[in-house]
Amino acid sequence: MKKRLLVFALVISVMALAIGCQPASKDTQDDKPYIAMIALGYGHQFWQAVRQGAEEAAKDYNVRITFEGPEEETMVDKQVDMLKTALANNPAAVALAAIDVESVTGILKDAKAKGIRIVGFDSGTGEEAEAHCSTDNLQAAALAAENAARILNGKGKIGIVGHSQTVIDAVQRVDGFVEKIEKEYPDIEIVDIQYGDGDHLKSAEVTKGMLQAHPDIDLIYTSNEGACVGAYNGLKEAGKIKEVLLVGFDSSAAMKEGVRSGEIVGAITQDPVGMGYKTVEAAVKLLNGEKVDSFIDTGCYWYDASNMDEDHIKPLLYD
Amino acid sequence: MIKGSISPKMNNKMNKSLRRDISHIAIILGIFVLMILFFFILKPNYLSYDNIMTILLATCVNGLLALGVSFVIFTGGIDISVGCVMTFSSVMSGIALTKWGFSLPLTIVFGFLVGAFCGAVNGFGVTKMFLPPFIATMAMQMITKGLSLVVSGIKPVYFTSAPGYQNIATGNFLGIQGFYNAIIILIVIAVIAYIIFSKTLIGRFALAIGSNEEATRLSGVKVDNWKIAIYSLCGLFAGFGGLIMSSRLNSAQPQLGAGYELEAIAAAVIGGNSLNGGEGSIVGTIIGALIISSLTNGLRIMSVSTELQSAIVGVVLALAVYFDKMRRKNA
Repeated sequence: MKKRLLVFALVISVMALAIGCQPASKDTQDDKPYIAMIALGYGHQFWQAVRQGAEEAAKDYNVRITFEGPEEETMVDKQVDMLKTALANNPAAVALAAIDVESVTGILKDAKAKGIRIVGFDSGTGEEAEAHCSTDNLQAAALAAENAARILNGKGKIGIVGHSQTVIDAVQRVDGFVEKIEKEYPDIEIVDIQYGDGDHLKSAEVTKGMLQAHPDIDLIYTSNEGACVGAYNGLKEAGKIKEVLLVGFDSSAAMKEGVRSGEIVGAITQDPVGMGYKTVEAAVKLLNGEKVDSFIDTGCYWYDASNMDEDHIKPLLYD
Repeated sequence: MIKGSISPKMNNKMNKSLRRDISHIAIILGIFVLMILFFFILKPNYLSYDNIMTILLATCVNGLLALGVSFVIFTGGIDISVGCVMTFSSVMSGIALTKWGFSLPLTIVFGFLVGAFCGAVNGFGVTKMFLPPFIATMAMQMITKGLSLVVSGIKPVYFTSAPGYQNIATGNFLGIQGFYNAIIILIVIAVIAYIIFSKTLIGRFALAIGSNEEATRLSGVKVDNWKIAIYSLCGLFAGFGGLIMSSRLNSAQPQLGAGYELEAIAAAVIGGNSLNGGEGSIVGTIIGALIISSLTNGLRIMSVSTELQSAIVGVVLALAVYFDKMRRKNA
């Protein structure tokens, strides 16, 4: 038993050492203003790109940031805990992309009362934010709809593979698309909307089910990277690639390859690096007492095989 | 139910248990056929060749995980790490291929070994560290989930440098259009699992341990070692799942995996495997996995909304287990 305890103690101390040696802990003690960023998710490359932008801004403006997010973009409770923990560390500002605005409003109100500045990014934080940096998802989805309609010559049937019915920006990416089509393109019909949780495999199955139900679909619109790559694989497996056109959202190495080969006709990209940068920038400006716009559009672009290597698009496409 | 394995009446009991298994399989097979008929009447193209292949392909990953987890369930244990172990093994294969320059066959074997190793650690935790199976495998779930992200740098690992990789799952070795390799792999592995279950000591002892662990131990069976072997087997099957998953996507997606274990457990339970251990069958598990994938496929074809789909699968899960309990009461 003693031996076992010894091993246990050894393991714990090695772990503590490993954690202690992380470079991040070096500057925890200095006086730089601290900005806590909490994203909607963490594992997806989109968030890593946001993080990259945020870290660049932190360097430029000489502030300290932390960046975290729950593993799943549905874990509301986990995000709330992260927010509470971050607030306990006395940040000068908090930047948050809320999974569920309602569940954080109260906490943010208290934080605001203590003088902590609040910036929303991506899905935002509702009314408590003094500035909100995000892609206008309704606009972005409308841009996707415009391009889809152009490719279909204003006539055809569209199926949609979404990734979430609860996250605001995901909902807007579907709503914005549907609205634009219904308003401006009477000869295009949206025949089915299904959701695959942004899970690549599930989205592939969803796509194949949709094709079985509506064999006459001309185009599939997908609302994020997981949905798009999933649909891409589903179409490949069903042997319908290029026969059914695919429009995506966001980017990844697999998506870029698909777009380059024309198997994905095009996609919308946001500017996640810019979003991270502008979020930290807005927080710094608020801390310095400067005036900041309440909504900062971080932009979106349509990219396809013809323009993806151009200077204004290329840096926005991440792997 | 098999009590120990040394009873003189063993043969008699075996026959009884076999009869029960058959009657059980008849029931779930009945549910399965009725469900298929239901969808077929409403949507005739449900039974089109393409769609049948789609359903079979969709069964592959979950089927492999469910097969593995069934062995653990037979012992009365549970393994909730299979989803994340699957992801971890595929991420490690990807790293081995792209970073360490492993050849393709070696990469595949390496992925399997990673899965089996995680399973062995689960078994070690359960037997030598006295952790309840739920806790041991939950720890493994968290460990592999975290390590997948760390090792991959939170980026998908692409297998594009090995052009044949995607064909492992989506090629067709038999030359029949639509009959994917993944389906063949599932069938072969299911047959192997069936043989392990019915013809080897692992299967026999898994049921014996689940039925009465103490009696099994007292009859001289090295329960701990067999348990470690069974958890390793489960990890190995998760490794198989990882191969199919990453081959279909031609990449290892480090953030996927969570949630797959529940679907695998659901398949095993719908297939009539009691979570108390001691009884169940491999055929049941496979039918359970088929029920789940053909049900979700059918609901999708009928354009049932996603939120309702989940609710319906839940109802079917509850009903399947209820019917099974009633049958046992009456038997």
